[in-house]
Amino acid sequence: MHLNDTPQEAAFRKKVRDFLNQNAKPKDADNLKAARAETRESEADGLARAKKWQKKKAAAGYAAITWPKDYGGMGGTAIQSVIYNQEEAKYHLPRGYFEIGLGMCIPTLIAYADKETLTRYVKPALYGEEIWCQLFSEPAAGSDVAGIRSRVKRDGDDWILNGQKVWTSGAHFSDYGIIVARSDPDQPKHRGLTFFFLDMHAPGVEVRPIKQMSGGSNFNEVFFNDVRIPDSQRLGEVGEGWKVALTTLMNERLAVGMGESADAGDLLEIARDLETENGPAVKDAHIRAKIAEWYAESQGLKYTKMRTLTALSKGETPGPESSIIKIVSARKMQDIGAFAMEMQDMAGVVSDGELSPFGAAFQQQWIWAAGFRIAGGTDEILRNIVAERVLGMPADIRVDKAKPFRDLPTGR
Amino acid sequence: MLADHCPLTAVREILESNKTHNTKLWNQLANMGLLGAAIPEKYGGTNMNMLELCVIAEELGRALAPVPFSSSIYVAAETLKATQNENAKKHWLPKLASGEAIGTFAFSEKAGAPTFANTNTAFDGHKLSGTKMPVPDGMSANFVITTAKNKKDQAVIILADANTPNVKRQNVRTIDPSRKYATITFHDAPAEILAEGDKAEEMMDRILNRSAVLFAFEQLGGADAALEMAQTYARERFAFGRPIGSFQAIKHKLANIYVKNQLARSNCYYAAMTLGSQEESADLAIAAATARISASDAFIFAAQENVQTHGGIGFTWESDCQLFYRRARTLSLVIGAQRRWKERLVRLLEMKNVA
Repeated sequence: MHLNDTPQEAAFRKKVRDFLNQNAKPKDADNLKAARAETRESEADGLARAKKWQKKKAAAGYAAITWPKDYGGMGGTAIQSVIYNQEEAKYHLPRGYFEIGLGMCIPTLIAYADKETLTRYVKPALYGEEIWCQLFSEPAAGSDVAGIRSRVKRDGDDWILNGQKVWTSGAHFSDYGIIVARSDPDQPKHRGLTFFFLDMHAPGVEVRPIKQMSGGSNFNEVFFNDVRIPDSQRLGEVGEGWKVALTTLMNERLAVGMGESADAGDLLEIARDLETENGPAVKDAHIRAKIAEWYAESQGLKYTKMRTLTALSKGETPGPESSIIKIVSARKMQDIGAFAMEMQDMAGVVSDGELSPFGAAFQQQWIWAAGFRIAGGTDEILRNIVAERVLGMPADIRVDKAKPFRDLPTGR
Repeated sequence: MLADHCPLTAVREILESNKTHNTKLWNQLANMGLLGAAIPEKYGGTNMNMLELCVIAEELGRALAPVPFSSSIYVAAETLKATQNENAKKHWLPKLASGEAIGTFAFSEKAGAPTFANTNTAFDGHKLSGTKMPVPDGMSANFVITTAKNKKDQAVIILADANTPNVKRQNVRTIDPSRKYATITFHDAPAEILAEGDKAEEMMDRILNRSAVLFAFEQLGGADAALEMAQTYARERFAFGRPIGSFQAIKHKLANIYVKNQLARSNCYYAAMTLGSQEESADLAIAAATARISASDAFIFAAQENVQTHGGIGFTWESDCQLFYRRARTLSLVIGAQRRWKERLVRLLEMKNVA
């Protein structure tokens, strides 16, 4: 495991820093408390700022470090991409608008689309002129991603799409989307799917925000009512949409960020300020033990990531150890939020940022973690993946793989 | 009655509005004599017994009832029953029994464990000054039972009328807006003593012991309702061509919730027996803390894993999962964090072993 950059990596990091210093303002501190204190801008302002920044970044080659130069990339390595992201996170820069498009959608296009399509769509995406979203999840296709019911029917040179997608990030500001839909319900579920990209402004596409438990709306439902998609926007063969979707999903882990969350160090900080019935919280043996446990988990995650990065740095494929990261971190987020509320005792319920320590970050984290344990693979699905793909346990006996999709029981 | 008049839509209505509580339900509880169930007839109650109150608490918990029952009855009425201040008893208990007045308690001043030693609220013999935060039902309460120090720096438990110009209150946003909280500031507010010195410490123990049992029943009701919600969904929701309840990961999750709920139920029953006996049992304090710890644990786990069982839909605003997730955490903190109750339980066990 390497803890330090190789000389080449250090040189690349310096180049990145120089670029960022010329173009952006560094954050004063990268702790949670400072991050909370930053004023939040509106989405429209953020988007405008993000588009401006993306243009500069793409012109300098940093928008797609690992892509081949033919597509406007830098032709760089995975570790260079990681280094860039580490450095960019230290600056006041808008994030969260182009990651899905450039991390998942365009790479799928690069794998399946013809030259003409790529010439038309790659550059505008890279320069932030057009935004892309990914339309896979449905009300009945969450953990069971292939359970897709959105239906496409062939109509001359076009396809007609009807159905609904859900939990679509950024659909409301996206120009294009990639989508998997069912083209043949008489085939078994994995075989009757076809993959397309579509214009999000096309007639019949309706985007509605989902209000989350947290009160905010970061995702959408997208409804399709007789939406016409030209066959030229099909990616992969008819009925082979699942194979194409797997290409996209392989990139998902890289594209989904985790955001900032309070950790053991933040607990230690509030423990210094709070009192228990027996004196300073920081002197309480139980509190100290909990902080120690979460510190050990956090360090375990940190060095697990280092092992992955080391493999990338050596040009190797990372091992399966990175599959544990979300299993540990989502639950840790929830437990740390809850424990900080415990330390705040009766006032732990207060979610008013003026009255609650750290601007109520712990309370918000506790709400968000309930969703984070589900999003992008539930705790249960991730454990199955570890057991089956890493530990070699036999897979569940499947009842849904051979039968025609339309004969599968659906419940509600 | 609660099933008919307090569906989860009624809880959501309070969550999404500025209303302090469901007044219709509150009046119904009053009309049925349930507010005064454990208040002596002499003070306007029906004097059934504490067991009746435990049953009511469990049902309120099951419905996540958005009413100030716990503040007004588990805490305020139970405290007044024990005071030697006959005037306060005569004045307030009949009003609590009829629902005409709402009482509450205000022990916390800021983040951290509130104690008599760290209170900054002062009582000069007639008037009370200080700020309490957060106070459950603080916006709707007619009076507040609160902690302070007297001029001799001794602990006092005080009753202050909340509707005087010297009492200012402001709504406080919390993780569970289906139960409203306030910040209350007393500026030389007229107030009277309920207990002082050692008696105040004793009274606080009594408040904690008795309300812990009642809150535990409320938590138990909520935990069972959350489990039922998860069970129903696990049977109806299909993935991979099967009900998700057929997957062992979900089965074991539900079984684990059931185990915690049953342990909590047993501890609650024993605590109710110690609470219900004529001569208050010496075991009450230990039984109350035990019930509180297992019921908090059960409800938190059930509510949290109910969200998880539902998956994505469980994290939406429209899903009722959030109502349980919020309430479970709120109830676990309302009379002190679990950490503090665990500490208290072991201290009580140590004392028992010495004696």
